[in-house]
Amino acid sequence: MVSELSIQTEQLGRIYKIREKKKNEARQLVALQNVSLGIQRGELFGLLGPNGAGKTTLIKILTTLLAPTTGWARVAGFDVHRETDQVRAHINMVSGGESSGYGLLTVRENLWMFAQFYGIGSKEAHQRITTLLEIVGLSDRANTKSSDLSTGLRQKMNIVRGFMTDPEVLFLDEPTLGLDVGASRDVRQFIRRWIDEDRGRTLLLTTHYMVEAEEMCDRVAIINKGQVLACDTPATLKRNLQSEAIFQIEVSPLNGMGTHVFQELPGVQKVVHHPGDGRSNLEFILTEEAVLGSVVNLLTSGNIRILNLQKREPTLEDVFVTLVGRSMEEEEGSDAPPHP
Amino acid sequence: MLPPIRKKSTGWRLFLRTIAGRAYPRVIGQQREKSWMFFEIFLPLLSVAAYVFVYRAIHAPEEYVGFVVVGGAMTAFWMNVLWSMSSQLYWEKETGNLALYIISPAHMMAVLLGMALGGMLATTIRAVVIILIGSLLFQVSYAVSSFASLLLVFILCMTALYGMGMMSASLFLLLSREAWHIANLAQEPIYLASGFYFPIKNFHFWVAAAASIIPLTLGLDAMRQLVFPSGASLGFLSVPIEVGVLVVLSVVFLTGARVLLAHMERLAIQEGRLTEARR
Repeated sequence: MVSELSIQTEQLGRIYKIREKKKNEARQLVALQNVSLGIQRGELFGLLGPNGAGKTTLIKILTTLLAPTTGWARVAGFDVHRETDQVRAHINMVSGGESSGYGLLTVRENLWMFAQFYGIGSKEAHQRITTLLEIVGLSDRANTKSSDLSTGLRQKMNIVRGFMTDPEVLFLDEPTLGLDVGASRDVRQFIRRWIDEDRGRTLLLTTHYMVEAEEMCDRVAIINKGQVLACDTPATLKRNLQSEAIFQIEVSPLNGMGTHVFQELPGVQKVVHHPGDGRSNLEFILTEEAVLGSVVNLLTSGNIRILNLQKREPTLEDVFVTLVGRSMEEEEGSDAPPHP
Repeated sequence: MLPPIRKKSTGWRLFLRTIAGRAYPRVIGQQREKSWMFFEIFLPLLSVAAYVFVYRAIHAPEEYVGFVVVGGAMTAFWMNVLWSMSSQLYWEKETGNLALYIISPAHMMAVLLGMALGGMLATTIRAVVIILIGSLLFQVSYAVSSFASLLLVFILCMTALYGMGMMSASLFLLLSREAWHIANLAQEPIYLASGFYFPIKNFHFWVAAAASIIPLTLGLDAMRQLVFPSGASLGFLSVPIEVGVLVVLSVVFLTGARVLLAHMERLAIQEGRLTEARR
């Protein structure tokens, strides 16, 4: 791997001013603060965080769509705010759930149109479109109007649009959003192949799917409430948790017992509660295995039956829980501010 | 998996490719969406018919019928500029296309020019159909004094009009849903001010002069003078003066579009208004 930074940010921040309807003054929303990252050429880098964490804001800044309020960022060696034309010649972006293109045009026509904006000759554009449509399994829909495509097929078209221009740096913002399991797997495989094929390429992927980040990314930055909380390889992030014991316990309903009572036990680092149908799933991150005894005692003293108990290896979800104090699911359901 | 791209065009070649790329959906859309025949030919013809019957009822000069038919045809261009140029960037923002245009190496002026050329081409076909049907229905006779002048006036009128559309498209870049209301608001007053259905000479001089900022006003007036025998007597200014003003308007609007587009893009990037609300 060439030790050259393809994406670099330093103390990057963005504050949105939101006009209040009733008051005649603006409210400030900190979407991103003090983000300093260095992404190597050839790297598939993941930004992992719940909705509203600041992932899309960061992508918008890096793709020249949004000016940072503080700090600076460089992409492919150019400043994203001052050298926008140079940056744009080296990048492309695909967002999950986007409905770009024109419904009246066929898949092939839409892709050809976007190829023109990148200066690709018609003949070469059609060759690349044909190849890519085959790779993503969309060949039979090449002459279908894009308005007639399902969400999944449409996203495959978007993926082709992004890769077709062979960008030096590609930004994928939740690329598998709305895709079914099979289509997501195909897209993930394709992305990995693309980056492995030419180590001069760089890919920044945002996702709130842990598996996606874990399976695909060389390195991952965990982001929440606009701040990068940790950044390393998925293996290293998980290894840091290995001294701790992680248990998954399925129990009968908690009978009103809150998770805080477990949290107060010495040695219990984090507890996450996933309520189920007639049963509850509890995940414990303990400083050591011996703490499990007091957890079990507390459950039995509260007349809560243990239905299943297993120890498991740490995942990125556990890393997130350890860093944030709540699961990503809980964080998304909390007061995380919506992006303007 | 994929070979590298042999060569990517830059500079003027990229500019021209972008124009062709963006014009394509406009041209092809007309062939795929046949409903335009009803909405953009039959409905304008109804308005034309109403004015024709009024003029005939009050025994207005017969040229007025021709004026109305030509005006009715030109409304297609105004509708196109208003709904498919000015407010277009708002719709592009909502679908996510705008962000993709901005992050591409293509120049936004080329994107707007592509929109304009594609729209102009598609609308010219509609306008011609309206003139043909209207002329046949109401037995309009033409006496073109100079085809070259007529072509020149038409081209200048279109350049200035679509230049204005490009300029206002830049302004709409910052707008959200209110873009639709503004477009709605601008539609009818322009019908009146531009004299789509009557010669603007009927206005007070300064009112007609103020209305002349809309390129269709003078373009339509000059064309009427060139295609009807008594057109000159009903014209607002002489054709050479109107041609001169149209040249100035073309330069002002195209330059304005370029300057304003760059400014508005910078502003939209500062304020975070280039992407749809949900992102």
